[in-house]
Amino acid sequence: MTTALSVRGLEKSFGPADARKTAVDRLSFELNQGDVLGFLGPNGAGKSTTMKMICGFLAPDAGTAEICGHDILTDPIAAKSVIGYLPEGAPAYPDMTVLAFLDFIGAVRGFDGAARRERVKVAMAKTRLEEVAHQPIETLSKGFKRRVGLAQALLHDPPVLILDEPTDGLDPNQKFEVRKLIKEMAATKAIVISTHILEEVDAVCTRAVIIARGRIVADGTPDALRGRAPSGSLDDVFREVTANA
Amino acid sequence: MRNIWLVTARELKAYFATPLAYIFIVIFLILAGAMTFFVGGWMSRGQADLQPFFTFHPWLYLFLVPALSMRLWAEERRTGTIELFLTLPVTMTQAVVGKYLAAWIFTGIALALTFPLWITVNQLGNPDNGVIIASYIGSLLMAGAFLAVGSMISATTKNQVIAFVVTTAVLFVFTLAGSNVVLDAIRAFLPATVVDIVAGFGFLTHFQSIARGVIDLRDAIFFASVIVLALAANALIVDLKKAE
Repeated sequence: MTTALSVRGLEKSFGPADARKTAVDRLSFELNQGDVLGFLGPNGAGKSTTMKMICGFLAPDAGTAEICGHDILTDPIAAKSVIGYLPEGAPAYPDMTVLAFLDFIGAVRGFDGAARRERVKVAMAKTRLEEVAHQPIETLSKGFKRRVGLAQALLHDPPVLILDEPTDGLDPNQKFEVRKLIKEMAATKAIVISTHILEEVDAVCTRAVIIARGRIVADGTPDALRGRAPSGSLDDVFREVTANA
Repeated sequence: MRNIWLVTARELKAYFATPLAYIFIVIFLILAGAMTFFVGGWMSRGQADLQPFFTFHPWLYLFLVPALSMRLWAEERRTGTIELFLTLPVTMTQAVVGKYLAAWIFTGIALALTFPLWITVNQLGNPDNGVIIASYIGSLLMAGAFLAVGSMISATTKNQVIAFVVTTAVLFVFTLAGSNVVLDAIRAFLPATVVDIVAGFGFLTHFQSIARGVIDLRDAIFFASVIVLALAANALIVDLKKAE
């Protein structure tokens, strides 16, 4: 079986030539089906930039990502069609209704007729969006908007899910629902979740990677990481490894 | 083709989701009518044709096309949906062409709604309908060139108002490039070849024969080249600026 997601030596820097700031610095990791990777790091560590490169939004300065064997640089359309991506802030077209928006995503993802209606229905059921189906997205609360973003990402049942802060802005009940949903899907997918909520790692992740200044500073199961601090607290490990970077 | 059409359909629906579409069409029709009757003296000149109507199209497009093109990419960048849009399995060409076509089809709808003038002129006399059809096609082609430039400029900013103002300014220069207003100003310090090249870019110059119902192949090629070049630049700009 091919690796679901293989990130190899990704590099990205921003800014003018005389003051380049490195956002992502030779980042590599691999992920198999069934893995839920918690992607941790302080704000500005390069989490979102990495995800944008994996999903083909940003072109890396060096390195590449392979999704189910499709290189995002040389075969972007095939790679993009096996990824479900929730961008940071869950952007969606504000003037469309939830139903129209998901129908558009379904169409672009290649579904037609009854199959498309079924996909949209299932995605809305999974993310509990039925009650707002006919509301324009701009009128929705933050929690609903986030769920629209999630529904859009998993509509085509992709083998790889890249979720940038999926629970940001949700209330505790909604967070619980989203984590439950991620756990339900985990067995059949490879999932990357960026977050700075450490409890989330314990709740859903099988593996955690901590990055700081674009580099991996810790990588292991949540339990293994916890073992690195005498207190056994993930918070302490996080502070320790990111402070020295 | 499927993806282009999906993008176009979504974009067209977005036009009609806000009052913009209806306001645009109403103002376009009012202005087109007013200019034909009052400025163009359509009634008093005693000829059954639509030349006074078509003559003013470049000036109408100058202010109305930027209102259509300004949101195409600026809105996408402002709301962040560009990240969603460009990570879907859609190529850059499909994205750029799809959006552009929506604006062009919309303009076509507005233009088609001027049909009462055509009916009227046929009631009043015996116009050359071939000339009128040619003029409509030419006008739509010119609108397409205006829109392509507008779409390209929309990709450079997140702010629709900036996109509107810059597009109007650029289109104004393009429109007048062949006229003496611009040519006299640059003739003083630029060599004759450059002046000729600038003159060749005048939309007005290229539209003059179209307004009379003559679609010269050179004029058609000119507008088609503007469309292709502007959209190619549009794709490059989107690619360069999307991260900001």
